[in-house]
Amino acid sequence: MSKSVIKTPPKGGFSFDLCKRNEMLAKKGVNPPSFRKTGTTIVGLIFQDGVILGADTRATEGPIVCDKNCEKIHYMAPNIYCCGAGTAADTEAVTDMVSSQLQLHRYHTGRESRVVTALTLLKRHLFNYQGYVSAALVLGGVDVTGPHLHTIYPHGSTDTLPFATMGSGSLAAMAVFESNYREGLTRDEGIKLVTEAICSGIFNDLGSGSNVDICVITKGGKEYLRNHLQPNPRTYTSSKGYSFPKKTEVLLTKITPLKEKVEIIEGGDVMEE
Amino acid sequence: MNFMALKQPENSLLGSESDSQRTLYPYVTGTSVVALKYKDGILMAADMGGSYGSTLRYKSVERMKPIGKHSLLGASGEISDFQEILHYLDELILYDNMWDDGNSLGPKEVHNYLTRVMYNRRNKFNPLWNSLVLGGVKNGNKYLGTVSMIGVNFEDNHVATGFGNHLARPILRQEWHENLSFEDGVKLLEKCVHVLLYRDRSAVNKLQVHIFLYTCRLHLLDKSS
Repeated sequence: MSKSVIKTPPKGGFSFDLCKRNEMLAKKGVNPPSFRKTGTTIVGLIFQDGVILGADTRATEGPIVCDKNCEKIHYMAPNIYCCGAGTAADTEAVTDMVSSQLQLHRYHTGRESRVVTALTLLKRHLFNYQGYVSAALVLGGVDVTGPHLHTIYPHGSTDTLPFATMGSGSLAAMAVFESNYREGLTRDEGIKLVTEAICSGIFNDLGSGSNVDICVITKGGKEYLRNHLQPNPRTYTSSKGYSFPKKTEVLLTKITPLKEKVEIIEGGDVMEE
Repeated sequence: MNFMALKQPENSLLGSESDSQRTLYPYVTGTSVVALKYKDGILMAADMGGSYGSTLRYKSVERMKPIGKHSLLGASGEISDFQEILHYLDELILYDNMWDDGNSLGPKEVHNYLTRVMYNRRNKFNPLWNSLVLGGVKNGNKYLGTVSMIGVNFEDNHVATGFGNHLARPILRQEWHENLSFEDGVKLLEKCVHVLLYRDRSAVNKLQVHIFLYTCRLHLLDKSS
């Protein structure tokens, strides 16, 4: 370990030192590597008894689908959930961080978390990083003051809305919401509308795909419907699977259950060379 | 030839540009056009706004015009380029009429002509900054096609330009079906136009709707919502 003075970045916050250099490089044609985004459709709407959040499940790395069934609805508190669009790492990290802060706050106050608390924590963090934390969120939950739905943009601005969409498929989903939303929807109508909006994103936007996840939050509790709808199942070329040509004569059928063959050694040796 | 002070881009491949004019950006623009085929013909709608940047400058611009006896052209994008296209088409229709042979250019032919014009202009780096929608009926056959400013063209049962691609097409894909009645077609078109009015900042609430029937052509102007 050398004893020379190491130049440390200033405490707290993001260091913007390299931004100018990156911009210069980008102008010369050297672009930074693309990060794994959740080119996405996320939606939320307020219905009679609470909030319904919906999301698709495709994660993309540039033009490639890297995860066909990822989870975009993140837990914040028992009564608050958050959908995230943008860079996957950013949405995960920021929601986990605020979730822990909310937990500590709950211990401190002894009360149920409020949605505006989560909102303020998230927007302060995102504004601090001036949009470099690329997380666009749809935050929804039910607390003592009632049901709430907010959208949070990467630069830190927020909106409070009765229905909201974010992500690359937001326009397709918004088209569905704008034509079919009305106040006082029942739970089933709400779920149906959210599913339709996400499906519109899945089928009309290339950045969204695979399945539909739904989360229904009411005063009584929450219901996380993972893969509520799977409109893109894997289809195999032959539904019957593999079959021998008809003329083959079956001489003997012997079925060996593989479980019995494996010997489990307790505290077994590490593999030798 | 008037000389305009053109900004030379850093790595220009075109050498001296002072003796030619190219469309660099649109100035007065029209927003989306939405069209669909229904049982008896074509329905097309466009609003009547012409924006000058972020100002809503002109509120009674007709962005759809009938072409010949069989077609209807709707355009979004630069209004002056649309007027230029109408000029070309006037000449085309005139020459066609002069043949006086009982035949007239149908929508498919006009669409093809427009594709060639748009693509050729794009190849000369001087595009006509429009997205066009061409619809019509000839001899009982309905036709609906679109051409973009770079010459991409295709034919479909329902088309939209500009913002309509993102907001109206999902709705049309879900709810359009063969043999839509006139009322259902209008309702569907209205639904699309409503969403566009809510979410497109350059949309106006004054519409131009054209209906193309097998037998005749009707236009409804100034349908304010």
